[in-house]
Amino acid sequence: MTPTGDRSEARFASRAVQVTFLIALLVLWYLATTRWRVSPLLLPNPVVVLRDFWSILTTGEFIGDLRVTLTELVSAFGIAASSGLLVGYLISRSQYRIQVFEPLFAGIYSVPIILFLPLYVLLFGLGPASKIALGVTISFFPIALNTIAGFGYVERTLVTAARSMGASDLQLFRYVLLPAALPIILTGMRMGFTVALLSIIGSETIASLAGLGHRIVYLAEGMEMAPMFAYIVFVVAIAAILNTLVSTLASRGRRR
Amino acid sequence: MIAAAASHAVRRPWVARVGVVVLLLCFWEIAARWWVDPMFLSPPSRVIASLPAVFETRGVPAALRVTFWELAVAFALSVAIGLAIGLAVGLQPFVRKSFMPIILLLYGTPQVTILPLFILYFGIGPASKIAFGVSHGFFPIVMTVVAGVQNIKPILLTSARAMGANRWQILRHVVFPHMIPSFFAGMRLAMTGVLLGVLLAELYVSTAGIGHFTTLFTQNFDPTRLLGLIAVLAAMAILLNETVRRAELHFSRWHSE
Repeated sequence: MTPTGDRSEARFASRAVQVTFLIALLVLWYLATTRWRVSPLLLPNPVVVLRDFWSILTTGEFIGDLRVTLTELVSAFGIAASSGLLVGYLISRSQYRIQVFEPLFAGIYSVPIILFLPLYVLLFGLGPASKIALGVTISFFPIALNTIAGFGYVERTLVTAARSMGASDLQLFRYVLLPAALPIILTGMRMGFTVALLSIIGSETIASLAGLGHRIVYLAEGMEMAPMFAYIVFVVAIAAILNTLVSTLASRGRRR
Repeated sequence: MIAAAASHAVRRPWVARVGVVVLLLCFWEIAARWWVDPMFLSPPSRVIASLPAVFETRGVPAALRVTFWELAVAFALSVAIGLAIGLAVGLQPFVRKSFMPIILLLYGTPQVTILPLFILYFGIGPASKIAFGVSHGFFPIVMTVVAGVQNIKPILLTSARAMGANRWQILRHVVFPHMIPSFFAGMRLAMTGVLLGVLLAELYVSTAGIGHFTTLFTQNFDPTRLLGLIAVLAAMAILLNETVRRAELHFSRWHSE
């Protein structure tokens, strides 16, 4: 047996273990609801959940909530990304400013910003504004910090070499600073996107009038467990799709 | 002379940093006093003056104690569960290859979506906060323990075994010391996660913890005491984060030497 054969066999075996594990989980879930009489108020039948999930998809009743959540997400991430990039770039242009602001931002970033949610609800109301404000506050810091790290620590020799060869400000930015900083900035953007999504769904869960998080809470309070599980599956799928999309874009941008 | 001294002082970064903070506080003070309705925002001077009043509000000290316990228990459980799962998964290459993708998949899903389920299963008391905190906290520990175990040079394990070390001795004298730097990095991430999880659950629904009071102050349009409470909680979070970070620096020192 060649080593590559061994490896592919091992990979097949671990795939098999994964699939078996997931199927066993589903079978346990099914048996728990049908045979072992776990109350459907605690755990709905997976078949019913699947049916409800399908009906959510086919009737399109999710569109209203999805639109609210996506609008909040896009506005929050848009504001956080543009302001984070701008502020980060301006700070990164001098060592002095980096020394002043970087510890400040890192300090604020280490506080759980979700604490500001009650304050934002008070200031901006229960509507989308408070969610956008929270999303911006949370995702601004990773983006700004990574922008500072990206632009601030470009090797001096590269900058000096470009300058001595007569590069203009624009050329320096386009051909030296940006390529050097882009991977780190994209990592920051990806982190910012993940936490923005998380905080928006979280704040919708805690206090809101519409959106996917609100829908889950609404169903939970009505004890409608099967549609609630279906919506959880839906939101997890949406989050997975969005996160995959953003990581793919980030890694593609990094490779260039 | 004075101007020169002043410009010299401003050139030091930490002086400028304090200056920026003071400037922001001044801006907030002015905005809150003259522009924003006092129903919604109150100036920092009044918030600081009201801190004793926050502590005197009936139930607030007890609520802070409850929240602190929830954080502590959730963190301890996260570390214990994370360490157990991490070692179980990380020590065998086959188990690691099989189960790491599943763990990564679970780690990537936004757990806030299942927050209502935690309340349903564990009630509205501290148990649901602890469980939700653990669900955020134990993943980073698992990740770093698995990574730490994986990075051990095989020759160390082989030579330990060749010298006749048994399973427990290998764990105690080879695996654990090598894991410590990444394990403490995991603890720091776990503390961040536990804080997020517990506070999210507290804000969602709470009977005895601080979430009850943040809701109360918000609904009574009492921004002074709300901001006071947020400041106290932020201080608590900074204290906990800083404790873990110091521990990380302390315990990972031997490795860099």
